[in-house]
Amino acid sequence: MDLSRFKRRSEHEWEIEPHGAMRVPGVIYATESLVRDMDDKVYEQVVNVAALPGIVKASYAMPDAHWGYGFPIGGVAAFDPEEGGIVSAGGVGYDISCGVRSLHTGLSARQVRAVQERLADCLYARIPAGLGSTGSIRLGASEMDAMLTGGARWAVKRGYGEAADLERIEEGGCMAQAKPDCVSDRAKQRQRDEMGTLGSGNHYLEVQNVAQVFDAELARAFGLREGATLLTIHCGSRGLGHQIGTEFLKRMAIAGSQHGIRLPDRELACAPIRSPVGEDYLGAMRAAINCALANRQILTHLAREVFAAIVPAARLELLYDVSHNTCKVEQHVVDGVKRELYVHRKGATRAFGPGHPDVPPALRAFGQPVLIGGSMGTASYVLAGAESGEARSFASACHGAGRAMSRHQATKQWNGRHVIDELAARGILIRSPSQRGVAEEAPGAYKDVSEVVDASEAAGLAKKVARLEPLVCIKG
Amino acid sequence: MNHATSIPRWEHFDHMADIGVRGFGATREQAFEQAAVALCAVIADPVNVAPREAVAIECEAPDEELLLAEWLNALVFEMSTRKMLFSRFVVRFEGTRLAGEAWGEGVDSSRHHPAVEVKGATYTELKVSRQQDGTWVAQCVVDV
Repeated sequence: MDLSRFKRRSEHEWEIEPHGAMRVPGVIYATESLVRDMDDKVYEQVVNVAALPGIVKASYAMPDAHWGYGFPIGGVAAFDPEEGGIVSAGGVGYDISCGVRSLHTGLSARQVRAVQERLADCLYARIPAGLGSTGSIRLGASEMDAMLTGGARWAVKRGYGEAADLERIEEGGCMAQAKPDCVSDRAKQRQRDEMGTLGSGNHYLEVQNVAQVFDAELARAFGLREGATLLTIHCGSRGLGHQIGTEFLKRMAIAGSQHGIRLPDRELACAPIRSPVGEDYLGAMRAAINCALANRQILTHLAREVFAAIVPAARLELLYDVSHNTCKVEQHVVDGVKRELYVHRKGATRAFGPGHPDVPPALRAFGQPVLIGGSMGTASYVLAGAESGEARSFASACHGAGRAMSRHQATKQWNGRHVIDELAARGILIRSPSQRGVAEEAPGAYKDVSEVVDASEAAGLAKKVARLEPLVCIKG
Repeated sequence: MNHATSIPRWEHFDHMADIGVRGFGATREQAFEQAAVALCAVIADPVNVAPREAVAIECEAPDEELLLAEWLNALVFEMSTRKMLFSRFVVRFEGTRLAGEAWGEGVDSSRHHPAVEVKGATYTELKVSRQQDGTWVAQCVVDV
C-alpha cells in the first residue's frame, strides 16, 4: 500500500483521515513493512466501514489485516444503537465465533515426543476432520435448541468436559440472549451431524511445545513454562454458522435499502441494531457463538479421551478459549463517557486488559489470554490483553498470521506430501485427509506470524507471553 | 477456437484468503452452470465425480447477481447436508426464480480426495454480465 495515503500518528499507528462519506477516521496498527505489504483492498475496506451509520471513534485494522468481505479480516468497529448504529453479518464473517482454545496437557515436550506418532494417529482417528466428516452426536430439534441456548454449558451438562472448563471460556461458555428461533431450519439441518467436527481449510487441532517465554510473571499466571505442552483447537460454528452468515447477508442486503443505507459494496450489508432484521441477526449470531463454544467443548472431550488412553498422567486443563469472529455488546469509555457499544471483531481477538471484570478472577490481575494461531509449520503465540488496548482498539488484538498468498498460488508452489515430509523431518507430525488441503495451508503461504505479534505488542494492543511450536497437527 | 476461449468453460481466480469461481457460457444459464462446476472444483476435481444422482434445486432473489449467490449457496447446502459432490448442472430461469438440477454422487474420500469445504458464496467480486462478444460471465469469491 502507498504509505503517503496515511498520516502516521506514531511508529505503529497509521491514520486515514476522514474523507468522502467517512464518519470517523480509519486506523491501521502495524509496522511500516506490514502496511506496505497490505493489499490496497484493506485501505478501501477500512474506509468503507468508517462510513457505516453509528460507527464510534474509528474503523480499525489489526496488524494481520487482509482483504476480507466488506470488512477487512483483522477489522474492528464499534457501533452505538443510540446513534442509529448498525450490525453487519459481513462484519462478523461466515464462520461465526471461529476461535482458538488452548489447554495445558500437564505433559512435558519430552513426554509427548515419546508417544508422538501414536498420539498423532489416535487424535487423527478420533477427531472428525475434513469435508464430509460427521460427529457421533445427532441433535434432534429440542436438543439443537438447548445447545444453541447453552453453548459449552450445554456440552458440559451432557458429559463433555468439566464445569471448571467454563470459567476459562469467554462469556463463561454461554452467550446470553441467543435466540434459536431466529436460526433457520436449514442452518439447523446443516449442523445436525456436525457437532464435534473440526472442519477443513485453516482449522486444526495441535499439540504444541512452549518454546519460549517472554514475560515470566504473565507466563506463571497463565501456567506456561518452557518445555511444557499445550493442546490447541482452532475451529468455529461449522455449517450452522456458515448458513446463518449466508442467509442474513442476503436479508440485510435486501433490507438495507429499505432503511436508506447506501453501500459501496454489497458485502457491507447491514441493518440497524434496533430493527427486526438486526435483532434477529443478533439472536441467531449469538446462537452460532454457542454452537462454536459447544463444538470446541466436545472436541476438547474427545482429545481428553485420547490423551487419557495414551498417557494416563495427562491432565488437560483450559488455559482459555477466545472467539475472533463476533459482534458483542460491551461497555467502553469514549471521550470520558461510558457507552454500550456493539463491537464487531472480524478476524480480531478481544484483548481485555488487567482488571477487566470479564476476565476470569484467577487471571484478572494480568489481563485476558489472547491466543494467536500460526500456520502449521511455524509458531503460535499466547499474548495478554494490555491496558493501553482499551483506548486504542476497543481492547482488540490480531488473530493470526494471515495469508501471504492465495490457495491457488500455494498449490502451484507446494506438494502436500512434500510439505508433510519436510515438517516430519523437523519433528512436526501432520495428519490430514487432504494432500491438497495441506499444500494450500503450507507454512510458506502465510505471513510471518512473529512480525504480526511483535507489531501487536509494539502498538500496545497486547503483551507477548509465550511462543508455541507444533509437535502434532491434525489438519482438517 | 482454442480451448482458452471456448465456451462453455469455467476457471478459478485468485483472492488472498479464498478463491474466486467464474463460469462462461453462450447463455446466462450456461454461465451459471459453469460457475457451479468451478465451485465444485474448489472442493474436488469434477472429472472424478460421477453424475449418478440428480438433486432438484430452486431459489429466488431480487436480481441476477444475488440469484447467482443463492444458486451457489443452495449447492453448498445440498453438498453439506447430503454429503455429496456434484459435477454436472442444468439451470433454467423463470423470472427472478431459478430452477435447476445438480448431478453428482456421495463423497468418497479415497476417490475424490476433497481438499476443502466451501463455507458459502460471497458477494465479493459478485458479477453477472455479458461481454462484448456476447459471452455471459457469472462469478464471485467463495469462502473456504
